[in-house]
Amino acid sequence: MSGLVVRDLRVVFDGFAAVDGVDLEVAPGDIRFLIGPNGAGKTTLVDAVTGLVKATGSVRFGDDELLGRPVHRIARMGVGRTFQTATVFEELTVLQNLDIAAGAGRGALTLLRRRRSVPVSVEEALETIGLAGLRDKPAGALAHGQKQWLEIGMLLVQDVKLLLLDEPVAGMSHDERDATGALLRVVSADRTVVVIEHDMDFMRSFANTVTVLHAGKVLSEGSVAQVQADPAVQQVYLGVS
Amino acid sequence: MTARYSWRAGVGFAVGAVLLFAVAPVALSDFRLSLLAKYLCLAMVAVGIGLAWGRGGLLTLGQGVFFGLGGYAMAMHMKLADAGPGEMPDFMQLYGQLDALPWWWRPFASPWFALPATVLLPMLVAFLLGSLVFRRRVRGAYFAILSQALAAAMVILLIGQQGTTGGTNGLTDFQGFFGYDLDDPVNQRMVYFIVAGVLLLLLAIARQLMLSRYGELLVAVRDSEERVRFLGYNPANVKLVAYVAAAGMAGLAGALFVPAVGIINPALIGIVPSIEFVIGVAVGGRATLLGPVLGAVAVAWAKTALSEEFPAAWTYLQGLLFVLVVAFLPGGLASLVRMVRRRRPPPDPAPVSPAPVVSPQEVRA
Repeated sequence: MSGLVVRDLRVVFDGFAAVDGVDLEVAPGDIRFLIGPNGAGKTTLVDAVTGLVKATGSVRFGDDELLGRPVHRIARMGVGRTFQTATVFEELTVLQNLDIAAGAGRGALTLLRRRRSVPVSVEEALETIGLAGLRDKPAGALAHGQKQWLEIGMLLVQDVKLLLLDEPVAGMSHDERDATGALLRVVSADRTVVVIEHDMDFMRSFANTVTVLHAGKVLSEGSVAQVQADPAVQQVYLGVS
Repeated sequence: MTARYSWRAGVGFAVGAVLLFAVAPVALSDFRLSLLAKYLCLAMVAVGIGLAWGRGGLLTLGQGVFFGLGGYAMAMHMKLADAGPGEMPDFMQLYGQLDALPWWWRPFASPWFALPATVLLPMLVAFLLGSLVFRRRVRGAYFAILSQALAAAMVILLIGQQGTTGGTNGLTDFQGFFGYDLDDPVNQRMVYFIVAGVLLLLLAIARQLMLSRYGELLVAVRDSEERVRFLGYNPANVKLVAYVAAAGMAGLAGALFVPAVGIINPALIGIVPSIEFVIGVAVGGRATLLGPVLGAVAVAWAKTALSEEFPAAWTYLQGLLFVLVVAFLPGGLASLVRMVRRRRPPPDPAPVSPAPVVSPQEVRA
């Protein structure tokens, strides 16, 4: 298992520093929550790590430097992400979605043939995310929460070692949140997980460690209790709850 | 499910083969049969567009380029074969600007070069163009405009180089097709059978591509290119395959169009015919396998039939048809079939319970 090490990361849009010199270390197997007010640079940080926006500084995952590589190369190095709005392939079935996610390393001949059987990793992921009964449904027909789970399932079959989840429980019911949190625990058994979240209850229940971002900088870092006790954090973000 | 699919496909291909090889030659006059051969050539282009546009979301508004490359490659070979070894084609002697055959004509004297070139040349051009364009993430309307511009450029080039390309007249007045006299109705019929056979072959290839894992991936790229990238694929390569395949099909169509119709000229490959290819596909149903073929044949047939009656009105009718289909039936006529089919059986009452992912016990553990 590998950890994520970010050093002096900067993302500048037209002179505005959305991420302004962030240092971050996520230990292997950690479930790290990134929190912070709107505009703190959480999503931009994830965008930079996954190659979607240009950044300076250094992002290392294990022994590999990620900055400067194209998106699909970074994905192949075991870094996967989800988006604030679930992006699944709506016209394809749940099974097809997962099968595509499992196949980035497939050769031309495999690609040009039809899928005759379901890959083991896909079968396992279907069970883990609880969508085995819906495998032949078009992903577009899934409920919101199920789409998010499908996305996480796609990361599992993609065999990523670092999951970056952007607000995975937004819009979910209470039960769905708990199920998602439990899923994160299962997933983090042999992977590193970074979650951007606004939901403080969800964070308290499932975070191992927390990083608070504010105006593109790291404001505070530590366990949930430590972060909550930090007066600076209380001032800008959490409030006293 | 897979077994049922392939069983149905087998029957479908058999019915298609009977219609094309047994019914049509008996039911149609020689004249109508040669028209059908022409329509089937246009349908081959449509199969490729269905793949690239319907499944891959690439609005290929310039397939005339690849159709033309295939057509001219074949026509050049037939011209040289008519002229005999070492001779210049008749139109070059007529214009009298040249003393010898241009160097780029020469390889086409050999059928071993010309025949593969009808398919490989368009594919090569598509590969080079696609590599540049898709890697730079040119898509949507920009890609369509670029394709159009290419078609226009090719027409200008052909007309400008009259001495070596035949200019506006194009290449025509062919006598033989690999030693067979093209004036003989029996040989015309043979050309029709080749065209019909090749169309079925291209349909089989397109079907395999659509049902393969690649086909699923292509749809995924069409619907969410960015997401595919985050799964570790390079969408540019995925699109490139569909684009190159469509170009090869258009090239083969152009190559067979020449013996079937007896002419290739800039007016057949420019912007207007390129758009007409797409109209047929849109009318038939771009995302289906058979929709593009039926649409292309129907539109081409309607064009012949209606312009026999009302020569001036056809253009307006065609435009109207396109607008109506795009506005009210984006899935083409094929989606009508699906609508009817969906209405008939009662909806299956499979209640789906939201599945909790992991039980709460596991959470505490």
